[in-house]
Amino acid sequence: MFIKRLSLAAFALALSASTVLAGEIVLNSDQSDPAPKKAMEQLIADFQAANPGITVKWNNFDHEGYKSAINNFLKANPPDVAAWYAGNRMAPQVKAGLFEDVTDVWEKNGLNDTLKSAASSMTIDGKKWGVPYTYYQWGIYYRADIFKAQGIEPPKTWAELVAACAKLKAAGISPFAIGTKALWPTGGWFDYMDLRVNGYQFHMDLTSGKVPYTDPKVKAVFDKWAELVKPGYYIENHAALDWQDAMPQFVQGKAAMYLMGNFVVAPMKAGGLKEDQIGFLQFPEITAGMPKAEDAPTDTFHIPSGAKNKEDAKKFLAFVASADAQTKLNNILGQLPVNNKSAKPDDKFLNAGFSVLANAAGLAQFFDRDAPADMAKAGMEGFQKFMVHPEMEDAILADLEKVRARVYK
Amino acid sequence: MTTAVSPPVQLGWFRRNQIKLAPWLFLAPGLIMFFIYVLAPIGQSIWISFFDWDGLGKATWIGLGNYVEMLDDTNFYISLKNNLLWLVLYMLSVPAGLGIALFLNQNVVGIRLYKSLFFFPFVISQVVVGLMFTWFYAPDFGLLSGLIQAITGSKVAILADDRYATYGIIAAGLWPQIAYVMILYLTGLNNINPEQIEAARMDHAKGFALFWHIILPQLRPATFIAVVVTVIGALRSFDLVSIMTHGGPYGSTRVLSYYMYEQALSEYGYRMGYGAAIAVVLFLIMMVFITFFITRMIAQERNG
Repeated sequence: MFIKRLSLAAFALALSASTVLAGEIVLNSDQSDPAPKKAMEQLIADFQAANPGITVKWNNFDHEGYKSAINNFLKANPPDVAAWYAGNRMAPQVKAGLFEDVTDVWEKNGLNDTLKSAASSMTIDGKKWGVPYTYYQWGIYYRADIFKAQGIEPPKTWAELVAACAKLKAAGISPFAIGTKALWPTGGWFDYMDLRVNGYQFHMDLTSGKVPYTDPKVKAVFDKWAELVKPGYYIENHAALDWQDAMPQFVQGKAAMYLMGNFVVAPMKAGGLKEDQIGFLQFPEITAGMPKAEDAPTDTFHIPSGAKNKEDAKKFLAFVASADAQTKLNNILGQLPVNNKSAKPDDKFLNAGFSVLANAAGLAQFFDRDAPADMAKAGMEGFQKFMVHPEMEDAILADLEKVRARVYK
Repeated sequence: MTTAVSPPVQLGWFRRNQIKLAPWLFLAPGLIMFFIYVLAPIGQSIWISFFDWDGLGKATWIGLGNYVEMLDDTNFYISLKNNLLWLVLYMLSVPAGLGIALFLNQNVVGIRLYKSLFFFPFVISQVVVGLMFTWFYAPDFGLLSGLIQAITGSKVAILADDRYATYGIIAAGLWPQIAYVMILYLTGLNNINPEQIEAARMDHAKGFALFWHIILPQLRPATFIAVVVTVIGALRSFDLVSIMTHGGPYGSTRVLSYYMYEQALSEYGYRMGYGAAIAVVLFLIMMVFITFFITRMIAQERNG
């Protein structure tokens, strides 16, 4: 009798111990803007509902500050799940052994099929280092009503684009809005100019350091870009403006086009524009017949190698990778799910983006994620300088080449 | 009758040397803190500057490689030039602070309120000062741009123009710095010997002569501290550069402290070794001034 009671007690203790251990995962991420924040709250609520034994402690950082904070907390106080980016952007952390290899999560959940479009950007040394959950298209968002009033058709070739810019400038409207204070919007411009002039493979070679910046093909990109910079087709004083500060000019009709990611639509609507006033067009063709590749930056979740609760963290990654979770998440975010089984969005811009990305000749991750950090910083500074002083083109290219020689040794 | 003389008590080593040891014992806590939090990190920074390290992985020894690279780096020379500009222009805060202190050194009703209002810029955080001036300089909705447009008819975006951006930031930095120097001088003016002024007045000294020959020499300690504080402030100017322009446009407002942060700690900064080398250069520049100040202070202590 005593033995029976003892074993019963031991069994009860074991049960209670397992419920005490069934965990908590700490999640660090950078969704400080309103729509991403809402999407994360929904995701965490759904995950906790589907996994009753697990609670998520969410540390939400400011979006820009997170980029400096991550290197600190990965070493000093690693969470169980951390948000970050794909491609070359995660390479320093992977090479320093700060991220956990999650190839098993991909294999167990069939992610190599469902997340195929982003699989190559999550792979380093043949292993998978995180799970992508969203990407979005880049393109030229334009004021459809201004175009109509000026009698401009959405341009499909470079010549049509330059002509449209000339017409807009003559009417007193700045053709392009841009805010280069934080530098990265210039990366988007360079990416598209290079992808359209020289193609996807050349762009990948350039950002991985195989091509010198003094190469005539790179100079050709800048010469073409000068056709927009020299006549002053960008808004004035963009070097003092963040991308959000340049938005009012677009909303007020002082600028007619904005090369940006799809996340720009929500602030445009918040600023008062109606959906039929905003149009989306794929960046026009420059070199005739060049297959069109696109920028599609991918956001991801990773498990730090110092995480305490890797088991539950892997459950979180599997949940984020699932079709339903990605459908819901991207519905709120206004972006595209990576999972090809997710429901297609019913938003006009996302639909356009979906078909653009589905037919793209290649998906670049954006200049500051494809190129290593030093090169990206020097490159984007060079692009900003070019946009203000196009006459210094040769000096800028020579400086970039100097940085390349050092960074890619 | 013989009295027993006890042998002299041999005092312990500590008791014998107590007077010599006492100052060191009192200084010990401070010295230990200073060593741990100031000297050791300086040594570590110098040590790191001899390595090529990305802050995350392994560090490889390259000796003076970082310094050699710095000699060829245009960004380093731009930062150095900006630091010199800061140093020279920040000195304007000393006469400006003195001027305002002289102005406020009167016994009008409510003078305390005015003194507090003038001191206010120093109290608010440098980040807030930077943000306010950024909006002030903004090309579309800023007050300064509107003013310049009303006067000359053309817009000037100070922070977007690589010729003016540094001066714009220095102007923003001068606002709190003048307030700080003003308070130092107000205190100094309170400690002026009134008898000397009486004597000077009886010799018919007034106006500028009174100021130059009587008041200013008595403000020498306050001037010394004001200069020290201004030099340190100029060389350390990180907050404003970071908030107002992020070192832009295209790096033209960079200063050494911001360049060091960019290279070692920021989003695109994976070069701890190079950042440490820049920090060492900044430290050597500061050492020039620190040595000068300390020798002056020691000379004053000895003579005073």
